[in-house]
Amino acid sequence: MIDLLAGRLHEILGGDRVISDRQRLRTYECDGLAHYKVVPALVVLPHTAEECAAVVRACAEAKVPWVARGSGTGLSGGALPHADGVLLVTSQMRDILAVRPADERAVVQPGVINLDVSKAARPHGYYYAPDPSSQQICSIGGNVAENSGGAHCLKYGFTTNHVIGAQVVTPDGDLVRLGGDAPDAPGYDLLGAFVGSEGTLGLATEVTVRLVRLPETVRTLLAGFPSTDQAGAATSAIIAAGVVPAAIEMMDALAIEAAEAAVHCGYPEGAGAVLVVELDGPSAEVEAQFEQVVALCRANQADEIRIAADDTERALIWKGRKSAFAAVGRISPDYIVQDGVIPRTALPEVLRRIGALAEEKGVRVANVFHAGDGNLHPLVLFDDAVEGEAERAEDVSGAIIDLCIEFGGSITGEHGVGMDKSKYMPRMYSADDLDTMQLVRCAFDPAGLANPGKVFPTPRLCGEVPGRHRGAHPLQEAGIAEVF
Amino acid sequence: MGALDDLTRPAGDDDTVCGVPARLVAAPASTAEASALLKEARGLRVVVRGAGTKIDWGTPPRTVDLIVDTHRLAGVREHAAGDLITVLGAGTLLDDLDLPGQQLALESPAPGATVGGTIATNVSGPRRVLYGTARDLLIGIEVVRADGTVARSGGKVVKNVAGYDLGKLFTGSYGTLGLITECAFRLHPLPAASAAVTAAAPSPAAAGRLVAAVLGAQVVASAIEVNAPPAGDVEVAVLIEGTPDGVRDRAAVLAKILDGAEGPPPAWWGAYPWQPGDVGLKLTAPLSKVPDLLAAARDTEVPLTVRGSAGSGVLYAGVPADAYMCSEQSGAEHVARAVARLREAATHAGGHAVVLTAPEQVRAAVDMWGPVGGLELMRRVKQQFDPEGRFAPGRFVGGI
Repeated sequence: MIDLLAGRLHEILGGDRVISDRQRLRTYECDGLAHYKVVPALVVLPHTAEECAAVVRACAEAKVPWVARGSGTGLSGGALPHADGVLLVTSQMRDILAVRPADERAVVQPGVINLDVSKAARPHGYYYAPDPSSQQICSIGGNVAENSGGAHCLKYGFTTNHVIGAQVVTPDGDLVRLGGDAPDAPGYDLLGAFVGSEGTLGLATEVTVRLVRLPETVRTLLAGFPSTDQAGAATSAIIAAGVVPAAIEMMDALAIEAAEAAVHCGYPEGAGAVLVVELDGPSAEVEAQFEQVVALCRANQADEIRIAADDTERALIWKGRKSAFAAVGRISPDYIVQDGVIPRTALPEVLRRIGALAEEKGVRVANVFHAGDGNLHPLVLFDDAVEGEAERAEDVSGAIIDLCIEFGGSITGEHGVGMDKSKYMPRMYSADDLDTMQLVRCAFDPAGLANPGKVFPTPRLCGEVPGRHRGAHPLQEAGIAEVF
Repeated sequence: MGALDDLTRPAGDDDTVCGVPARLVAAPASTAEASALLKEARGLRVVVRGAGTKIDWGTPPRTVDLIVDTHRLAGVREHAAGDLITVLGAGTLLDDLDLPGQQLALESPAPGATVGGTIATNVSGPRRVLYGTARDLLIGIEVVRADGTVARSGGKVVKNVAGYDLGKLFTGSYGTLGLITECAFRLHPLPAASAAVTAAAPSPAAAGRLVAAVLGAQVVASAIEVNAPPAGDVEVAVLIEGTPDGVRDRAAVLAKILDGAEGPPPAWWGAYPWQPGDVGLKLTAPLSKVPDLLAAARDTEVPLTVRGSAGSGVLYAGVPADAYMCSEQSGAEHVARAVARLREAATHAGGHAVVLTAPEQVRAAVDMWGPVGGLELMRRVKQQFDPEGRFAPGRFVGGI
């Protein structure tokens, strides 16, 4: 079957954009979550929306599953290939089709790099607000699939708040426009359902995004605190004062140690926690509120406060935070990144419970997070070479997820469910909740061919076209995925 | 006696939907009651009603057996001030919300509206420019499906990408997918100060230039509104909010840009440009095309007032009833031609023209919803959620 499909895809794309050579296929075996690996049966590199549609239609006709991939930076295994399926890679669709500052809009192809949208808009005085830490390499198509966030979404919102239209290929292989150039298109907000559906409802082939006016003033500070308790209290005080910062980020002692070792960002020595607080907006507003923030940090026992005097100093402050995940590699051979969310006010208690968990299991946990919106990124450190450590780290990681649910939060704030967290979905949602969500899946993709096995632990049967898979998936055989 | 018998009463003369009389009315007091009611109401065609402020919006449903009234599903279930969130029963009146120091930045131009009705019709007010709309503020939703299944999506934290976002799907769905019972929202701090600056422009094009200048300046407007009567000046009014010093500074900048005066917002602020019995439309366009819509409205045979958010590209147009009541038949045709002209302009601009409300004779003469993209997928979504077509059949786009 796959050979027949390969022949059909050759007709659509030509030989050089259909990859079937095992060695070359290996390049695509994982996304940013590298411990899940599956070699796809075929990789295709379309250039146009019409080619994407033709590929998806061919897959639908052959009943072969397909997975979309942008830059492959995702952290939930959302772009993990299907062993018997086609991986549709959008990295050659990198044109910015329009920048229209007067409409506050840009129109881009899915493979366009996130930061490149802002670069194109900046000369006009605008930028694209969602800023995942991977923004130098991640693609807009991937951002749309995952509803990506970033440090500044506290004030500006997530991808879903900034995507106002898209051309998508449905799992039937039809090209459809959702949303549009103007707001509030009549009918169901299918675009709202599509953004963040992790490639299970189709593929975006063109995305219309909202551009935001560059702020007049940006002020950034770094504050060192004796512990995460005081840093958390300062965060709560800032929010309670009615200030909505562009970002409030926190790192604990272990995360600071890692960042220091990796990028020498010069964070306060011996600090138990640091906060990075950024305000932006009209100058008079920002100056007044910045003074307030400084005072609130002091009132909550900040030992040291550094205020960025210019863009270079601001970049240095952010460097420590943005490199934190990779930096942890300096102090631990392996680590698991979590992405749970808790109500911000529960921060001190949840951090204490995470500390207790780590101690109990003899595992180190470094904490890096978006403190303003309670999005935790605990980095659970382990050494895979030491027997039993990986399992203990996995236990702690799962227990942290349970904590987030216990406190009324979420299992994922911005990385997505993907392959990695689908097993936790039933802990957060009831069977009826998940069944109802999958009604949308059944409307878009009754055959279940678009990114099967992601998001939902158990596929819903959609009536006339049962979404069954033939044979066991390699991940299931390897015991990595609980249910496929 | 089951929930259906316990909770229902015969419909009265006022219990109509777009003029279609209902047979029964039920007001469940909890999600569990609502679920039991809908399970027992199999075979009945159901329309959900909040305060009824928009009960005559949309196309008339084909049949209404049962109105599910949400007024007993009211109340602030939770207000976590430190987390800037609230959880509200769907029947809660927006005007009744009292969240000290904080606000739900969801405005309803229709006074007395409920949370659920505002979400179901995707209504927004002037400050959408800064705070966004229902889809940006809603972080979690609880619904009851046609078969009585209770389902939730999202949650009580602002940042959450677990699972599909059903809240967005239900926003603007006009009660055709199920009953909304509870909504969780993100909140914003109440600003310490605010100011409005109003100016007059001699033409739609001149108003467009003023709006563009405000958008391009560093004033971070909360709202940029226009009001264009059938003839004469077009008013532009801009609202800013923030710290007292910041607001003072920006108001001065705005007064200069607009050559306008600071003062309270104008009397027309945040109200639809129509009265009961009038024709009311929603017009949308990309920002730079807003002047084209204003100009098109003046290029029709009926006296249209256009008003709304020039800062987001969402306008409303009202045709007074007396403009066509004198000669009903030809009057309705005049309105139909005006709608066609506006729709042509909106479509050309990349937006839409939807007739939200109209008297019966006008409804008969116009296509209320106009062209809608993605209709086939919408039908499939409806089919999945409400396979028997029981929720507000015919009230939505494409006869859904």
